[in-house]
Amino acid sequence: MSALAVKHLSKAFGGLHVTRGVDLDVQPGERRLIIGPNGAGKTTLFNLITGELTPDAGSITLFGRDITHVPSRRRPHLGMARTYQIITLFPHDTIIHNVSLALLGLSPLRWNPLIDMRRQSHIVEHARAALARVGLVHIAERPLSQTSYGERRRVEIAMALAQNPKVLLLDEPFAGLSIDERRDVHRLLMSIPREVTMVMIEHNMDVALEFAERITLLHFGEVIVEGTRTEVVADPRTREVYLGH
Amino acid sequence: MSARLIACALGIVALITVPYWTPGIYYVNVASQILFYAIFALGLNVLVGYAGLVSLGHAGLFGIAAYAVSYALQSGLGHPVAIIVAVVVGLGAMALYAMLSLRATGIGFIMITLALGEIIWGLAYRWISVTNGDNGINVHTRPEPFGFSLDSANAFYYTTLVVFALAVAAVAVFVRSPLGAALAGTRDQARRMNALGYHVWAIRFWACMFSGLLTAVSGILFVYYTQFISPQTLALTSSAEVLLMVISGGAGTLLGPLIGSALVVIVKSVVSGYIERWNMLLGIIFVAIVILMPEGLVPGSVRLWRLCWRKAMRLRAAKTETPP
Repeated sequence: MSALAVKHLSKAFGGLHVTRGVDLDVQPGERRLIIGPNGAGKTTLFNLITGELTPDAGSITLFGRDITHVPSRRRPHLGMARTYQIITLFPHDTIIHNVSLALLGLSPLRWNPLIDMRRQSHIVEHARAALARVGLVHIAERPLSQTSYGERRRVEIAMALAQNPKVLLLDEPFAGLSIDERRDVHRLLMSIPREVTMVMIEHNMDVALEFAERITLLHFGEVIVEGTRTEVVADPRTREVYLGH
Repeated sequence: MSARLIACALGIVALITVPYWTPGIYYVNVASQILFYAIFALGLNVLVGYAGLVSLGHAGLFGIAAYAVSYALQSGLGHPVAIIVAVVVGLGAMALYAMLSLRATGIGFIMITLALGEIIWGLAYRWISVTNGDNGINVHTRPEPFGFSLDSANAFYYTTLVVFALAVAAVAVFVRSPLGAALAGTRDQARRMNALGYHVWAIRFWACMFSGLLTAVSGILFVYYTQFISPQTLALTSSAEVLLMVISGGAGTLLGPLIGSALVVIVKSVVSGYIERWNMLLGIIFVAIVILMPEGLVPGSVRLWRLCWRKAMRLRAAKTETPP
C-alpha cells in the first residue's frame, strides 16, 4: 500500500491550469524529491495534498484512505504534517510554546479553557524532546523573534516532527540557509527514521539529490519525468527544463 | 516583593476602599459604572486582544441582555429567573452573531459586526411591542442576593466589584489555558493553526461565546444600575466607546479594559461637569495615547516604568563605580 497516492490531480485558477492530471505514488519510508522551475506548481501540489486548496479533479489517498474531501485541519490527525516555504511560526512566543502548539493541535486538551497550559508537563516534555531532536533544546525558552533564520527553519521541522507524522511534506527546507545551517538541516533530515515518509520540494540540488531516492520533475503543472536519481538526472527533459546544459 | 505585585496589591486595596476615600456617593456610582463597563470591555477584549477580531456591534449584544432582563421583569418574572433568561438570550444572540460574522476576518468581520449592531439597534428602536421603542423600559426594583439589598450605592458597588473580580479571574484562566493559547495562535497565524490540526472557526466561535457571556453580565449590571434601557444604549457610539476602552487601556491585557473604562467613564461623567467640550478632550487623550503609547496605557506604562528603572539602576551603578 502506498503511503501517499495522488491520482489525476488537477487544479486551475480561472484559465490558469496550475496542476494538470498529476500522478504521484510514494511508498512507505520513501524519500521523494519534487523539483521543477519556478511556477511549475510544486507548492500548489503540496497545498492540494494538505487540503489547503481543493482540487478540481482527481483523488488523494493516505495509506489507502481517500482523504480528497477530508478537511485540511483533519489531515494532521491522520498523520500528515508539513513545513512552509515561507516560515510560518508564532513570532511573539517562545520556541517551546511554538512546538507545544503543534503538540496541542493533535490533543483533545486543545479545547480545554480551564487548565494552565504551562503546567501540562507531558506537553512540555514532548516539546523539549522534539527540540532536542533538532538541537534547539538549549534555547527552548528564547522568544522566536530573537532567533536566527536557520533556527526558525529547525523550529518548523521540530513542530512537524512533534506531531509524529507518517508522511512529512517539506517545502524548500533549505531556502535562505547559510552553508553551515544547510549542513545542519541536512543532517537533521537524514536522521529522521524510515517510519516517516518524506516528500520534499527543493531547488538546492546538491543537498536535495543526496536526500532523494526518487525524483518527480514538474513543469507547467504536469509530471514530465519521474524515476530514480540517476534516471531523472540523465533524462534530457530534466536538463532542458530544469538543470540546464 | 516585585513592583508588579505591589502595584496589584495597591490596586486591590484601592478598589476595596473606594467608598471610604471617594468624596461622595456620586463617585461611588461612577466607580460602579467603571467596573461594569470594564466587564463589558473585558468581554470585547477577548475578541479584539486575544482573537484579533474587532467587533463594532457589541453594544447590540450588551443591549439584548439588558432588554431581556427588563422585559422579563416587566412580564412579572423574579430577578433570578430574569437574570438567567438574560444570560441565555445574550448567549443565543451571541451564537447567531458569531455564526454570521465569523464568515470573515479583518475588515469583513468589522463590517458584518457593524451591520449586525445596527440591525439590533433598529430592532430596539422599531420593535415597540417588545422594547417600548424610544421610550425604553424602566426597571423598578433591584435584586437582593442573600437578603443583601443593592439599592444603596455602596452595596451595588461591592456587588459589581465581586462580579468584576470573577470576570478578571475567568479571563486570566482562559488566556493561560490551551484554548486561550489556541485562540492567540489563530490571531497570529490562522493558516498555520489549521495546518496543525486546529479547528480555527470553532475556536473563534467559543471565544465569541465567552465574550458574549461577559457582555451579557455587564448588560445586566448596567440595567440594574440605571434601572432603564433605551435604544440609545445599543447605538454605534456605545460600541465605539467600548472599543476605545479596550484599545486605550491595552488590547490583549488583563487590566487594560479596567484602565480604559476608567478613562472613558471619568471623562464622560466627571470631567464633563467642568469642561463643556469633553468630547474633544477625550479625542485629544486618545490621539495622545495612540502616538505616545500605541500598545495602550497598561503595557505603555509598564514599558516606561522599566525604562526609567533601568536608567535609574545605570545611574546608581555609575555613581558607585566613580572613585571618590
